[in-house]
Amino acid sequence: MGRRGFKTLTVLAPVPVGDYALELRGVSKAFGGLRAVDGVELAVRPGERRALIGPNGAGKTTLFNLISGELPVSAGTIALFGRDVTRAAAHRRAALGLARTFQITNLFPSLTVLENCLLAVQALTPLKLAMHRPLARYVGLRARAGAALEAVGLGDRAGATVKRLSHGEQRQLEIALALAGSPRLLLLDEPTAGLSPGESKTMAELIKRLDPAITVLLIEHDMDIALEIVQHVTVLHYGRVIADGTREEVRTSPLVREIYLGA
Amino acid sequence: MSAEFWITQAFNGISYGALLFLLASGLSLIFGVMRIVNMAHGSYFMLGGYVGLSVVWRTGSFAAALLTGALALALVGVGMERFFLRRLPGQTLGQALMTIGFALIFQDLALLIWGGDPYSLPVPPMLQGVLTAGALRFPVYRIFIVVVALVIGAALWLILDRTRVGAMLRAAVDDREMAQGVGIHVPRISFAVFAVGAALAALGGVIGAGFLGVYPGADFEVLPYAFVVVIVGGLGSLPGAMVGSLLVGLLDNFGKALFPELSYFTLFAPMALILALKPTGLFGRA
Amino acid sequence: MNGAARTSPTPPAVRSVAAALHTIDGRIAAGGVALAAAAAVAPFLPSYPLTLLTQAVIVAVLAMSLDVLLGYTGLPSLGHAAYFGIAAYTVGILATEHQVGLAGCLGSALFLATATAALFGFLAIRATGTYFLMITLALGMVVWGLAFRWVSMTKGDNGIAGVPRPELGLPWSLSAPLPFFYFALVAATLAWAAMGVLVRSPFGLGLKGIRESESRMRALGYSVWLHKYLAFVISGFFAGFAGVLWAYYNGFVGPVDVQLVTSVETLLMVALGGPGTLAGPALGAALIVFLKNFVSVYTKRWLLILGAVYIGVILWAPRGVLGAFSRDAR
Repeated sequence: MGRRGFKTLTVLAPVPVGDYALELRGVSKAFGGLRAVDGVELAVRPGERRALIGPNGAGKTTLFNLISGELPVSAGTIALFGRDVTRAAAHRRAALGLARTFQITNLFPSLTVLENCLLAVQALTPLKLAMHRPLARYVGLRARAGAALEAVGLGDRAGATVKRLSHGEQRQLEIALALAGSPRLLLLDEPTAGLSPGESKTMAELIKRLDPAITVLLIEHDMDIALEIVQHVTVLHYGRVIADGTREEVRTSPLVREIYLGA
Repeated sequence: MSAEFWITQAFNGISYGALLFLLASGLSLIFGVMRIVNMAHGSYFMLGGYVGLSVVWRTGSFAAALLTGALALALVGVGMERFFLRRLPGQTLGQALMTIGFALIFQDLALLIWGGDPYSLPVPPMLQGVLTAGALRFPVYRIFIVVVALVIGAALWLILDRTRVGAMLRAAVDDREMAQGVGIHVPRISFAVFAVGAALAALGGVIGAGFLGVYPGADFEVLPYAFVVVIVGGLGSLPGAMVGSLLVGLLDNFGKALFPELSYFTLFAPMALILALKPTGLFGRA
Repeated sequence: MNGAARTSPTPPAVRSVAAALHTIDGRIAAGGVALAAAAAVAPFLPSYPLTLLTQAVIVAVLAMSLDVLLGYTGLPSLGHAAYFGIAAYTVGILATEHQVGLAGCLGSALFLATATAALFGFLAIRATGTYFLMITLALGMVVWGLAFRWVSMTKGDNGIAGVPRPELGLPWSLSAPLPFFYFALVAATLAWAAMGVLVRSPFGLGLKGIRESESRMRALGYSVWLHKYLAFVISGFFAGFAGVLWAYYNGFVGPVDVQLVTSVETLLMVALGGPGTLAGPALGAALIVFLKNFVSVYTKRWLLILGAVYIGVILWAPRGVLGAFSRDAR
């Protein structure tokens, strides 16, 4: 290991602290002796579309888990829209506008598509603790859930049980759940995982069409898809950031090529 | 409360804790390796006592009772694992519920075979009697229990710490998938662990029958003690089982002596405290 | 979920009934029919079947309360008899020693049962799966131990006898079996309705979400701990409600009402009937009550049979009779 002197391909224009959507300073995660994430510095501006790439085992999903709060950091700080969330529980971060999808589909299998979406829609409202009226009466929630499903193209599958959906449809639902809460920062973990080339294209289009106000951080194994969607790229290797720049720079970087071909 | 009282109660607590150790260590290891919470573990204890009783009645030999009890229940445990629990791989809840079913069956079978009267296992003359030190009286049998627990504890420790099998076991407790990944045959280890765990519980049952007696309902009475020991000590941890059983033995004894009406409470309070501070137990990991 | 989807030659009528039972409205309809049928048939039943029916109705409330926790939230509790028993004992002690009427007994019993659930929940909720199972078992045993040993309060093994039926000031005395059956039926229906609204509410959907994927719920913004804790406390409340009814029905409260076997039987009712449906566990309760009483006529080996049924259900029908949802490997 010991990759000292990683190359920063571009110096992002200096922005005062607190104006980033997501800011990681010196974030590390150690599992026993293994450093899955090592001293990561990351700064993503609001509205930015950033890809996080790197070979398998580079620590990308672990980093997502640290950002979303599923795992606690071993060192470093994480700030969301200027607020320190290093010690905050996952659901608190969601309340601040963070949403994520999972690399391995993580839905509610025996519930219907609509119920999945309703859970997402009510999550950040006080209605989630309402016990005295059937959910069916909350027309507003149903409307929002329906809209989220329409947005990802699952409108006609609302009554289907998630277990019965095709893989592609489940990946679409993953996105719908993440979008349903109107997030400000969206973490997409390999949204095209397991999709056919045609489905991947559709997914890429969906992501490109997202509200430009949403900040998107995308883990994507397929470099072509990733570079199509985003303008900026961060490259992770053995848990460390080894390159950070525009997609052109990363696309043409011999260092990155070496990692992908040599790894 | 005189000094004699405290010393006697402490001694009783330690000896009871020793008995609990035999019971709880097996439960803890079974969970550690197989992630199964064996609700029939108390049944192994009780059945061990009953089997030992019958053997002593037949042969008069305490040693034979210990051996037969341990072997018989090892067989029962292995049978349960092999023919029933293995049918639900990975379904820890289903497996736990199945063991409940077995516990009920065992309880009724014991009632059927040995009847509803409580019995006491006749203790061999060598272990009868009392050691006196001034005004203090230490029954030899209780000393025997402590010695047995220490020996078994030491043996378990050595096996876990010094032998290859022990290392494999610790690896399996630590990370089951990884252990299988490096070629450790976890199912065969599980099999052995289940057998040993059941045998230890039965051993505890035979020995326990000598001073607590054996009676219907002993299984469900002793089970929560075992659970509190492993909850407090941490599942899958041998040092946890040791410390936990000592703690529970002492607390239970002092509780019964000082507050007889609230005795289960004295179990409850420290368990509650530990759960509040460290949900995985003193030596446990998530 | 798919008894109706198999291609075996089940008659279409059966298949459509089975399919209907997989829907909430279907179950409500079926439940309504069952309740109406019970109410209609009751005056014509001889006393023994009537008492069994009364038992079944009361125990159904207990089973449904556990279903909220187990079937809907996915938390397997083996100590549910504790809240049932605490409420029953409260009624027993207050009614026999202090001549407290229905309102006072009900209020105190529900309060104590719920408070106990609040305390125990605090300790147990941080655990999951089998760890949760063990902790709830141990906590349940604590209550049993109190019932058994705190003789000055609970009369220990002797139990509390002579609990009088409540006085409602109605023309019919609840001391007679038929009026008491209707009383219990109305109470149980109210409990069922309340729990029904709960599990269909946004909060109820949240519980199902937790059962299916806690990590997703956290990522969506739910405080999973809070939801689980509330489910635990509410479940304890309804278990206590069943306990109140039981104390009045049985006229006697003893340690057997808080023993482990009672919690175990309750769990089986839920598993047998079909977790996550409310109606399923109610059905399971009726099945177990009738089975237990039927079996005890011919043999004393009830526990043996119960254990065998347990193992059978787990092995071959893990989703129970109604099979409404499937909990696979955890």
